[in-house]
Amino acid sequence: MSTATELQQPARPPAERKRGASLERKHARFGWVFLAPFAVVFLVFLVLPLAYAFWMSLHTNTLAGGEQFSGLANYVRAFSDERFMTGLGRVAMFAIIFVPVQIGLALIFALILDDVRTRLSKFTRLLIFAPYAIPGVIGALMWGFLYSPSFGPATTIFDFFGLNAPDMLSPDSIFWSLTNIVTWQWTGYYMIIIYASLQSIDPSIYEAARIDGATKWQTAMQIKVPIVTSSLVLTIVFSLIGTLQFFTEPQVLAPLAGNAIDAAYTPNLYAYNLAFSYQQFNYASAISFALGLMVFLASIIFLIATRKKSGLR
Amino acid sequence: MTRKRVLLAAGMTTALAAALVGCSAGNGGSGSGGSGSGASKTNCTNEIKVKDVPVVTYWGWLPDTAETVDHFNESNDDVQVCWSNAGQGGDAYTKLSTSLQSKSGAPDIVQVEYDWLNSFLIQGGLVDMTEYGIDEYTGNFTEGALRDVSSGDGVYAVPVDLGPVGMWYRADIFEEYGIAIPTTWDEYAAAAEALDAATGGDVKIGNFAPNGAGQHTAFLDQAGAVPFEFDNSNPTEITINHNDDASKKVYEYWLDLVDRGLVGTDQAWTPEFTTALGAGSYATAVYPVWYSVHISAFENPEEGAVWRAAPIPQWDAANPKQVNWGGSTLAVTTQATEPELATKVAAELYANEDRQKLGVEVGGLFLAYPEMIESDYFLDQEYEFFGNQQINKEIFAQAALDYEGVQFSPFSQFYYDESQRLLSDAIAGNLTGSEAADALQESLETYATEQGFTLN
Repeated sequence: MSTATELQQPARPPAERKRGASLERKHARFGWVFLAPFAVVFLVFLVLPLAYAFWMSLHTNTLAGGEQFSGLANYVRAFSDERFMTGLGRVAMFAIIFVPVQIGLALIFALILDDVRTRLSKFTRLLIFAPYAIPGVIGALMWGFLYSPSFGPATTIFDFFGLNAPDMLSPDSIFWSLTNIVTWQWTGYYMIIIYASLQSIDPSIYEAARIDGATKWQTAMQIKVPIVTSSLVLTIVFSLIGTLQFFTEPQVLAPLAGNAIDAAYTPNLYAYNLAFSYQQFNYASAISFALGLMVFLASIIFLIATRKKSGLR
Repeated sequence: MTRKRVLLAAGMTTALAAALVGCSAGNGGSGSGGSGSGASKTNCTNEIKVKDVPVVTYWGWLPDTAETVDHFNESNDDVQVCWSNAGQGGDAYTKLSTSLQSKSGAPDIVQVEYDWLNSFLIQGGLVDMTEYGIDEYTGNFTEGALRDVSSGDGVYAVPVDLGPVGMWYRADIFEEYGIAIPTTWDEYAAAAEALDAATGGDVKIGNFAPNGAGQHTAFLDQAGAVPFEFDNSNPTEITINHNDDASKKVYEYWLDLVDRGLVGTDQAWTPEFTTALGAGSYATAVYPVWYSVHISAFENPEEGAVWRAAPIPQWDAANPKQVNWGGSTLAVTTQATEPELATKVAAELYANEDRQKLGVEVGGLFLAYPEMIESDYFLDQEYEFFGNQQINKEIFAQAALDYEGVQFSPFSQFYYDESQRLLSDAIAGNLTGSEAADALQESLETYATEQGFTLN
């Protein structure tokens, strides 16, 4: 590329070059004007609160003692806080279960819907996507009622067979109950992303595959999946970040399953409760940043590990 | 080139992660903005009747607040109340905490339940009303209520209503199985066994909720436990005594009933519990007077259910002790522009007979005013749902007058969360009642020390 520029440069008349430069400058000026509304919102509502929260996380404030600067003490405390670490371990477990299940199901649905083109498939596509359109809180509330041991449908169904329904809000089963809600909610969204990138594949590739005698299974596994890998990586990163920040569902189910979901069930829930229930805004900020750091590390490790597959080289 | 793209992707990921973290960390800012408008004098739920006089802002959620405030504004032409509902209980407290933290946005007067006063005192959120003329009014309140709003020599709120605790019971169930209404906790346990044997476990005597903090505070008080001693004039010291014999007796008693399957362990304030209570799975609910509105409003109640009230069972029938659970106060925040005026308004809002009647009839309040409690009007109230039982005369009036008051912790939310966590553990069979009390003591001590308190 550099050789091409060198070759072109002498050929360009000096006068034109000057005008071009001023035009560029003018463009740049307008660029800033167009960018300004976003930049202001971005600074005021994202960068400033973050900076403020970080500043807060470097101070300590106790109920009886007042506020003072404490450097990284809050972070030291966070990483030796058993409840934070347990919560972190829990969301890591959730990530290990959620991500493959969600993305796996999403990929399967997307591949099937990409291949079957009937009216029914359009309807099915809408149906799988529908849970994502339901607000998270409403979805979680709804599942809370479905899980209810006294008037949920499970009790009725198990009663019919003369069995005792499992308590889906007990400490032993809450993990799987939450997994179910999140999978229900997000699979459709990931499916749409993968489906969209499947739709953009040039059909002539399939034709070539067919001529070469590839079966549908081979087409799916050896042509479609490799082509949509970058979408897969994207959805996995989304799913990973979302899971590590797990908050809404446990927060909504907590009043129904108080035995199973405590104030520090996930790190985000812990940060929320520290700040708004226990008035420890400083420590809550530190917990948030510590969590942010873990999310960042997890994402970057994943991106580096998959850089060959994702095309992010 | 390639490195740039990885960095870009990583940068975007961080920005996204940061945006999501920002949601939780940055909420303080948006909260203060929101509450700023909540406490402004132009954003009232009610209409200001008299213009151009001082306006006092008030966050409240009592069922009669709208009517009571209107009445107050109509009968006062030198001050007006601007009322808004900032959420009920926890929601309002979260907003208040956030306003105190951000040093703006709190109203002049705020409705606070008794057990939360110390939590806001320790944040420097409430004024000492003795500096603004509350002494004139303190004779109006029951002794227990006054003690609940006092800390040391200070008075930090005006009591509005109380929740004297009784035992709501299913008269039809007790009659059907020929079981006497228990008057002591021993009789209660015996009745639990008899009921279990008679119904094959279908009907339990009651429920022990792991999250029943208000109820547990009352139970502990009744047994003579004093879990917390805290005086706001010396706010860096606290005495925590949550594993004495009295506390352990209460926990052991209930966990024994739980172990033997004689009481349920539903979470309080869930549809599960209300459904079970309505459907006749429980024969009693040891709940305050204000629970009557819930009992008469169960969805799909069991047919033929007959609810009545009785006094709370006692440990020692010869020395009965009455307890309280719930009820609200009006406190003046340190952000009040005119604390003296706000104190006067808070004190007079329920000091008028017409408004007290609004409180009783519209709000269903059990007011903390002995004059009201002892009035024939109040004592003779008959409650149709409870077979015209005069519950005030028979049970709750005396209970409220005999209540002596307790001291609450300055970190209620933490206490309640920890109590729920450890009692859940105990209900699951991992801890005995005594062990739960010990663990709770240890956890509270650690937290108090972390928070800079000196333990006495």
